[in-house]
Amino acid sequence: MKTTGRVSGIISNIVIVKADGPVGQNEICYVYTGDTKMMAEVIKVMGDAAYVQVFDSTRGLKIGDRVEFEGHMLEATLAPGLLSRNYDGLQNDLEKMDGLFIARGSITDPLDFEAQWEFKPLAQAGDKVSAASWLGEVKEQWLTHKIMVPFAMSGTYTVKSVAAAGSYKVTDTIAVVTDAEGRDHNITMVQKWPVKQAVRCYAEKPRPARVMETGVRAIDTFNPMAEGGTGFIPGPFGAGKTVLQHAISKQADADVIIMVACGERANEVVEIFKEFPELVDPRTGHKLMERTIIICNTSNMPVAAREASVYTGMTIGEYYRAMGLKVLVMADSTSRWAQALREMSNRLEELPGQDAFPMDLSAIISNFYSRAGLVKLNNGETGSVTFLGTVSPAGGNLKEPVTESTKKAARCFYALSQGRADSKRYPAIDPLDSYSKYLEYPEISEYLDEHIGKGWVEKVYAGKTIVQRGKEANDQINILGDDGVPVEYHERFWKSELIDFVILQQDAFDDIDANCPIERQKMMYEMVLDICRKEFPFADFEECSQFFKGLINLFRQMNYSQWQSEKFNDYKKQIEQYVLAKTE
Amino acid sequence: MTTRAFQKIYTKIDNITKATVTLRASGVGNDELATVGGKLAQVVKIMGENVTLQVFAGTEGIATDSEVIFHGEPPKLKVSDNLAGRFFNAYGEPLEGGEAVEGEAREIGGPTVNPFKRLQPSELIATGIAGIDLNNTIVTGQKIPFFADPDQPYNAVMANVALRAKADKIILGGMGLTNDDFLYFKSVFENAGALDRIVSFVNTTENPPVERLLVPDMALTAAEYFAVDKGEKVLVLLTDMTLYADALAIVSNRMDQIPSKDSMPGSLYSDLAKIYEKAVQLPNGGSITIIAVTTLSGGDITHAIPDNTGYITEGQLFLRNDSDTGKVIVDPFRSLSRLKQLVIGKKTREDHPQVMNACVRLYADAANAKTKLENGFDLSDYDERTLKFAHDYSEKLLAIDVNIDITRMLDTAWELFAEYFSREEVAIKEELIKKYWKA
Repeated sequence: MKTTGRVSGIISNIVIVKADGPVGQNEICYVYTGDTKMMAEVIKVMGDAAYVQVFDSTRGLKIGDRVEFEGHMLEATLAPGLLSRNYDGLQNDLEKMDGLFIARGSITDPLDFEAQWEFKPLAQAGDKVSAASWLGEVKEQWLTHKIMVPFAMSGTYTVKSVAAAGSYKVTDTIAVVTDAEGRDHNITMVQKWPVKQAVRCYAEKPRPARVMETGVRAIDTFNPMAEGGTGFIPGPFGAGKTVLQHAISKQADADVIIMVACGERANEVVEIFKEFPELVDPRTGHKLMERTIIICNTSNMPVAAREASVYTGMTIGEYYRAMGLKVLVMADSTSRWAQALREMSNRLEELPGQDAFPMDLSAIISNFYSRAGLVKLNNGETGSVTFLGTVSPAGGNLKEPVTESTKKAARCFYALSQGRADSKRYPAIDPLDSYSKYLEYPEISEYLDEHIGKGWVEKVYAGKTIVQRGKEANDQINILGDDGVPVEYHERFWKSELIDFVILQQDAFDDIDANCPIERQKMMYEMVLDICRKEFPFADFEECSQFFKGLINLFRQMNYSQWQSEKFNDYKKQIEQYVLAKTE
Repeated sequence: MTTRAFQKIYTKIDNITKATVTLRASGVGNDELATVGGKLAQVVKIMGENVTLQVFAGTEGIATDSEVIFHGEPPKLKVSDNLAGRFFNAYGEPLEGGEAVEGEAREIGGPTVNPFKRLQPSELIATGIAGIDLNNTIVTGQKIPFFADPDQPYNAVMANVALRAKADKIILGGMGLTNDDFLYFKSVFENAGALDRIVSFVNTTENPPVERLLVPDMALTAAEYFAVDKGEKVLVLLTDMTLYADALAIVSNRMDQIPSKDSMPGSLYSDLAKIYEKAVQLPNGGSITIIAVTTLSGGDITHAIPDNTGYITEGQLFLRNDSDTGKVIVDPFRSLSRLKQLVIGKKTREDHPQVMNACVRLYADAANAKTKLENGFDLSDYDERTLKFAHDYSEKLLAIDVNIDITRMLDTAWELFAEYFSREEVAIKEELIKKYWKA
């Protein structure tokens, strides 16, 4: 028997419901107004009054309107066929909706229940299995999609039967398992999982030990992201957050990419809709859209669903991780999610924390970031969810609650600076403020030694020191004037400019420069570092700046040339001669 | 408003605050309109039997026995082609008398366009102002505000932009417009003979501030009618969004909500986004483009209103007084149109992106030279030339009184390059230099 209730109060999208039975925190219910059925979530219970947030507009809702409680929390539907889809924050398929406008109460299936999948069994009768054990697999696009024991099934089971290889619908039974008490459970390809709970069906969660390539030099070379790691990108508007996120989503070395457009501009999502089906992933030769899932809750869509969208994205990420895949989840922007929390907390008349955000903001954010990670599955395979969020700090001030709370939770910090954006130094990742904690991990250090070159981390720190010293020298030059400082100061400054222009800056709109593979990064960085270690006999500061300007120009031409092409090697030779001529 | 037979009339109000009244009533819907003592009001909160109404014009003179009549529906606008050429108040009633417009009544503040059904904006809007067309090209379906100090002529610039943009309809949403500015808009549109393609919803400083909250939704409901139903290119002008946000703050304050940054309600971002996100390029060829004004106090863009706006809109245009030429210019450094990449060099001449960047770079060099000069350092010959270039660039291209087409702007830029610089100093792709350099 479902609990039902009647609306007894309305404050914007918070509705107070008098319930006639048991109600759970975060339980889902449907509010009926006229013929429309709107989804809502319980966020507070006081006696028999349940406070629910409605994921839609409450316009026209009346006291006494009917409410039905569903007895479960907000769930994601997980099955083959999620890839390439465009969902709203509640996993309604946007593509299936009729009409130009999203009508109130639009609910569409997240899956195609009619599609047939070629199933191949992996388990056999008699196998001992538990939640997330692989029973079989189907081909989803070009990925091998494992069909698992549902995450929600606790305890161990014995496989009674597995369907033979063949074509099945997602709702067909593909296995029967028996529990300890001897009861049989039919398993289909579909399972549901409450989005706000982390999926924990794995053996262990080791420290990340591999680097996830993004093709962005300022990240890969200077502050690498670990596979299964967490990072965030704060920056004022106009600093290039979205361009950077899009670049990473196109180039990152991951099997599945989940883009959560959380409270941002619709036209930016339209760009993904338009580009991704056409762009090709250079690693696999497949279209980018084939590995991408978009969760889209733009700024004008209901606020409560905005909060849900990041959880929906993360849950789908954890689902693919359990198949032993590399998943990258990106959310743009987590500040909008925090603002959605603030709007709710405000309407509930909770005592506010800083800037009127809820007191537990910090805990909510770190709890969410902790769901990312590299995991060792029960069968010994590994899978990972790497999470990268953007933050839109109010007024560009990094001392605000969302940035500060995120800084505590995320391991990589890619600060976009207004100053760099103003002088068109893109990506505007500040080389001194930004950091990657993973550089300090011995595991990562070993990985880099092995995959890039011995002593790589020291080289990275050496480059950072050059940039730091260059900045200090530049400050002196600005105070004392070009002539007021020794020539070495200029040399120091220009060496940091060399790193900045050649390594840190990158043209996201150039076909070649946009994506820089790691071996190319290694070569360029070592070339630049070699030059920075040389001492040049400059007579005066003008000679110094002339020399470096010419050098930077040659390097940039090289960045724009096809890797190892004739032109590329020609520029390389030119650079070597140019430097040699000056040192002799 | 006429009373209909089934409407229940209440005559006992329990609580009255500056902006709200509370009474016991039943069968009332959320967001529904009502008349309280002859003034229009809207339901903002229902707690059991207690219904709280926000009275748009303020509660002055309302008594506990004033008549309250519920309308049974949220605010609506009657839409038809007859809206064109008319001036309305915030409630959609004709100003200066005149007959009410008949047509289909549509709820204002309606649902969102499915992002999946949108098209990518791709059509350029030419304004004749080089600070916009050359450096910050605007595209149909875009939303972009002017960030301006109150003393700058933003309304005049906006009126110019509106008239030159080849829009099928121009919808003016005036919030807290002074009566003088309202009359200015009216006469500019009249003199241009453009009245028949203009619809105005105006709340002047003489009207109660809370009424302003209806203006953007009214204007955009009309815009959606012309864009969605008629496939027209609609340009919506919203001035001044800062005053709109101020009205939001007043209401939230009177509803005892906890303020967040700069005393603004915590929902400011969502409130503004609901308006700006109505900008859209539709598959039927229709579009809604929003050009707004956000006035700043002392140029401070970190204040919550411009800050939230900047995160929502697709760029922003800054006006600045240029002391070298004595003209108002569109600031090339701080202004940005995020959608210009979709059209420049594609819908305009091939050299557009490079010329644009070269101009701004040289202008930046001039700014550095100026700093040098101010700090008492010597100027090089190059510095001197950049300063001369900056003066001409500002006067012939950036000034808002310039009105030429984009090809002419590009030619002007090439003329300036040739006058002050060598080909190497301009640093544009070799093939473009060969083709366009003015010897």
